[in-house]
Amino acid sequence: MNCITDILNSIDITPIWYLIPSLLMFCAGVYGFMTRKNMIAMLISIELMLNAVDINFVVFNRFFFPHSMEGMFFTLFAIAIAAAETALAIAIIINIYRAVKNVDVTSVNEMKF
Amino acid sequence: MDITTTLPVLALLILVIPLFNFLWLGIAGCKLPHKVAAAFGIVGMGTCLVFACMIAYTYFFGGDAAFQTVLADGTLERLPYTVFDHTWLAFTQNLVIKLGFYLDPISAMMLVVITTISFCVHLYSLGYMDGERGFQRYYAFLSLFSFSMLGLVVATNIFQMYIFWELVGASSYLLIGFYYTLPSAVSASKKAFIVTRFADLGFLIGILLLSFYTDTFDFATLNSNPGAVLASTGGATFMGASVLTWALVLIYVGGMGKSAMMPLHIWLPDAMEGPTPVSALIHAATMVVAGVYLVARLFPLYMLEYAATVFIAVVGACTAFYAAVVACAQIDIKRVLAFSTISQIAFMMVSLGVASLGNGEVCHHGLGYMASMFHLFTHAMFKALLFLGAGALIHAVHSNNYTAMGGLRKYMPITHITFLIGCLAIAGIPPFSGFFSKDEILSAAYAWSPFMGVWMTIVAALTAFYMFRLYYLIFWWNDPKFHHTPHDAPWSMSIPLVFLAAVSCVAGFIPFGHYVTWNHLTYDIHLDGAIAISSVIIAILAISLATIMYRKENSLPAKFRAAMPCLWEWAHHRFYWDELYMFVTHKIIFNGICRPIAWFDRHIIDGTMDGFAYITNKASWSIRTLQSGQIQMYVWIYLVGALIIGGIAMLVALA
Amino acid sequence: MFSNILIYFVVIPIVMLGLLAICKNVKQVRAVAVIGSSALVGLSIYLLCDYLQLRAADPVSPMFYVQSWQWFPDLNIHLAVGVDGVSVAMLILTGFIVFAGSFASWKIDQPKEFFLWLILLSTGVYGFFISIDLFTMFMFYEVALIPMYLLIGLWGTGRKEYSAMKLTLMLMGGSAFLMLGLIGIYYHSAADPANLTWNLLEIVNNDAIPHGWQSFLFPMTFVGFGVLGAMFPFHTWSPDGHACAPTAVSMLHAGVLMKLGGYGCFRVAIYCMPWAANELAWIFLILTGISVVYGAFSACVQTDLKYINAYSSVSHCGMVLFAILMLNTTAMTGAIMQMLSHGLMTALFFALIGMIYGRTHTRDITKMGGLMRIMPFLGVGYVIAGFASLGLPGLSGFVSEMTIFVGSFEHQDTFHRVFTIVACASIVITAVYILRVVGKLLFGPVQDQHHLQLTDATWFERLSTVTLIVCVAAIGCFPNFFVELIKNTFSPAIFAAIGLN
Repeated sequence: MNCITDILNSIDITPIWYLIPSLLMFCAGVYGFMTRKNMIAMLISIELMLNAVDINFVVFNRFFFPHSMEGMFFTLFAIAIAAAETALAIAIIINIYRAVKNVDVTSVNEMKF
Repeated sequence: MDITTTLPVLALLILVIPLFNFLWLGIAGCKLPHKVAAAFGIVGMGTCLVFACMIAYTYFFGGDAAFQTVLADGTLERLPYTVFDHTWLAFTQNLVIKLGFYLDPISAMMLVVITTISFCVHLYSLGYMDGERGFQRYYAFLSLFSFSMLGLVVATNIFQMYIFWELVGASSYLLIGFYYTLPSAVSASKKAFIVTRFADLGFLIGILLLSFYTDTFDFATLNSNPGAVLASTGGATFMGASVLTWALVLIYVGGMGKSAMMPLHIWLPDAMEGPTPVSALIHAATMVVAGVYLVARLFPLYMLEYAATVFIAVVGACTAFYAAVVACAQIDIKRVLAFSTISQIAFMMVSLGVASLGNGEVCHHGLGYMASMFHLFTHAMFKALLFLGAGALIHAVHSNNYTAMGGLRKYMPITHITFLIGCLAIAGIPPFSGFFSKDEILSAAYAWSPFMGVWMTIVAALTAFYMFRLYYLIFWWNDPKFHHTPHDAPWSMSIPLVFLAAVSCVAGFIPFGHYVTWNHLTYDIHLDGAIAISSVIIAILAISLATIMYRKENSLPAKFRAAMPCLWEWAHHRFYWDELYMFVTHKIIFNGICRPIAWFDRHIIDGTMDGFAYITNKASWSIRTLQSGQIQMYVWIYLVGALIIGGIAMLVALA
Repeated sequence: MFSNILIYFVVIPIVMLGLLAICKNVKQVRAVAVIGSSALVGLSIYLLCDYLQLRAADPVSPMFYVQSWQWFPDLNIHLAVGVDGVSVAMLILTGFIVFAGSFASWKIDQPKEFFLWLILLSTGVYGFFISIDLFTMFMFYEVALIPMYLLIGLWGTGRKEYSAMKLTLMLMGGSAFLMLGLIGIYYHSAADPANLTWNLLEIVNNDAIPHGWQSFLFPMTFVGFGVLGAMFPFHTWSPDGHACAPTAVSMLHAGVLMKLGGYGCFRVAIYCMPWAANELAWIFLILTGISVVYGAFSACVQTDLKYINAYSSVSHCGMVLFAILMLNTTAMTGAIMQMLSHGLMTALFFALIGMIYGRTHTRDITKMGGLMRIMPFLGVGYVIAGFASLGLPGLSGFVSEMTIFVGSFEHQDTFHRVFTIVACASIVITAVYILRVVGKLLFGPVQDQHHLQLTDATWFERLSTVTLIVCVAAIGCFPNFFVELIKNTFSPAIFAAIGLN
């Protein structure tokens, strides 16, 4: 137990520990957005990317500007807006589903009024 | 008459009355009864006739110092006088179109001729056009014509002449096309207008050339000092001829169009589609001599350029002979008269052409000028008489062709006698007027060149022949059955006939040289015995030949025709001039120029513009697949683009 | 601002637009259109009288009523107004044609919308003629062009969408050149970059455009306006546009809008860049000389009445540009006279064609004939218009053509005189196609028995026709009044600059 604690204590937590998972999340989001044809999946991918960015904000704020709170606030805003955006996107997707009976993004390439 | 107060008023009224009649009858005419409309026309023209005679009398016999002066050697010189001259349109300081009233011997003479014939025709039309649809319109157009023609002869400057020149063309167009529902009348009127328009183009360019060098339009300035005109051109030449020659020849081309000289004569025979009184007024007596008048008006300039006058004489000689030959082979009596008109006008032209020797010198005391004007005067009277007679015949038998006539002397004695007088006058039999004037022309032609004299004598013989051919075929020949017996025309038509016949009998005795000469000095006419006698003998021979051939129905004409079928066919078809023109206008100009241009416009020019639109359209269609609507595609492109830009930015930053 | 009479030429149409917007029925629309256009005619005649008095008192000033209000300071853009005799003549022309056009479109569908666009168009035209600020001028020019698209596209006949699009695009293309030219002029308008100006009078006074730039900007400006002036080879919008446009629009377009082109060439291209005008005139002389003859020859074989008149417009408007390029007072006077004359007589032509088409429902001359007996009033009107077009003395065409020919022939250069003779030839060709139409359409036997039931003109059609005929005859009979009006307004500076008189 002790040795584990020692090891853990000996590890110096630098921003890189947060940024690498965030990068992985972002790349996963980009990959997902470009490859998935399902709009729900694409929406999830977008959320992934957004969250990756949020993490970055928090991390940069915590490590580089510890005396200010802008990054934190910005993240809170982004989360709130992402929630609203998701609601909107879901609504659009539902409407598209009603119109074309699927949620495949390739089937939606014409603007209709 | 007081020349400062009364004369300008009368002069103005002569022009204004017909113009007013035209506007009034043209606008409100259709509401007026026929007789009232005719009364306006006849009374108006009658007033003009009286005024014109008063003006001419005052000018020739008034003895006012403004009109004449006695030279040191006792001869009388008549002076031109400008009654009024108002600026109408000023182009530059000196090039100004004025509308004025120019009084000199020839304009005074023309005033009388025009108003006389016009009055006769107005009166005659009352009977001839009785009950026609558009009667009021007819009188309106006649008034318009009279106005324009009077304006033309009193022009003070060459552009005023051009203005009225165009107006007579338009009124001629309207009157030829009077029966506008007949396709033949429509095409004849169109042809007349376009052919004369083409000639007017020459006239216009001539005016432009002349005014470019002389910087004036005024006849008074041009004619009073022709030497200055010659000097102003500074010896400039173009294609071997001096520019003055070019200008004068081009102006003469305008005259060729109006006066139906070859090769612009083709409209005149067709113009006979108009009502016959119109033919008498416009296409025999007045408008068609406008070309002669034009040359006479600018005679001091023509005198300078021998080449121009030779051109006039040669064109005139050819036309005279051509028209006389064609007239021998026509069936339509109005066409015969039309060709005879062409031939006679050509006589006047020849006469003007032979009057000069170039460099301001005249041939044979300038006799040709006087003879030309004299012939213009007498011809107007007897040719109007012949046309009006033909109108009476047509009115009686309802056909233009002599084949429908024959033996009419019994039925229509007045027409017969007056027509005979007309024929004798034109054939040059003394004491009728044509003899005197034609004799002067022949004298002038012999003096210029014996060849020209002989040539014109031959034409005169032909004239006598075809006129008597016509006369016999109408009044003698056979005695066909008429559906209803023809009879003499009503009084309104007979009075002008009798009057004109009377004038034709006595007009030859007017001492014309006392009034109209090239230098405005008095000149006594001497009949040249040899020429007079020989020409009378030749005319009588020609008439005898016509008598033998056509007095009684016989087979001689048919034999002659059979002996020279080719000549007859060619003459009958007027030497195929019309066909040639048809070919040139339709095949070459219409199909060879207009159609390709229209095609070029629609397919090349318009096609280029449409092509631009098409290319733009195609290009946008071809790049439109980039905007596929596939959002993942956009992201790929965005990503790749972002990476490339990022990479470049890094490379730049590192470097 | 409202003390200047000129501003009312824009204010009245704008007020009309406002009133039209609240109109409830066709009667009100007509009332607004007639009262408004009569007011404009009245105003232009008042302006003429006032102008003549001012001119008599002051023969030197290039323009009167000059006034300027700043609009956009950064680029020195003003609403600057001012008129000389040429503009006054154009304003009167516009007044009469709008007046006649209102009556010619008495029975149009959807009158409210139609008149809205028509009045907007005339606002642009009026604004163009009173402006002396190049930018404002250009703005009004565009205002005049755009409504044309809708007027032709919605109220037209035949291939209307195609024609409307073609017309608009070609004119917009011209505008692109024009804008380039105008901006170029602006940036060289003064020797000192701090004093750059759009004001025409100042530009002329400064005379600061370098010769090298002039030879680039002059073609830009000339072609830009020349497109609207139907210069060969940029004329092809004209036949299609006219053929598809409704009557009043054809009248206004051929009558007034095409004059914007000639006026612009004269007022902007020649005024601002006289040196280049003199140097490069030969290129455009060739093009316009071709226009004159080419348009006339093309008209000879058309069978659609409107096409014939559109090509004849190409020929006549070509004459305008041709004469402008001669750069002497007489020829330029002739050009302006030709604008007036062509405006009136083409408007008359298109009005009559519209009326005939409204009755026979065809414009093909091979399918009509003998209409003179059926509808004498329209027939006589058509013959008069035809005579005016082929240059019969006593009607306007003669005066303007002769002034052009005499003026052009006064040019010292043989090249110019030779081209004048070429242009003269058009009088014969004009006679050919006019008489061909008159002969086929009005004379001869009746082609179609159904036409026998047709009626002659109604009162409003007569009013429209008679107005135009009176104008045409007035110019033709008393030309010197108009010539003097125009002639004494030419800036002597221009002619002095290029050593011409």
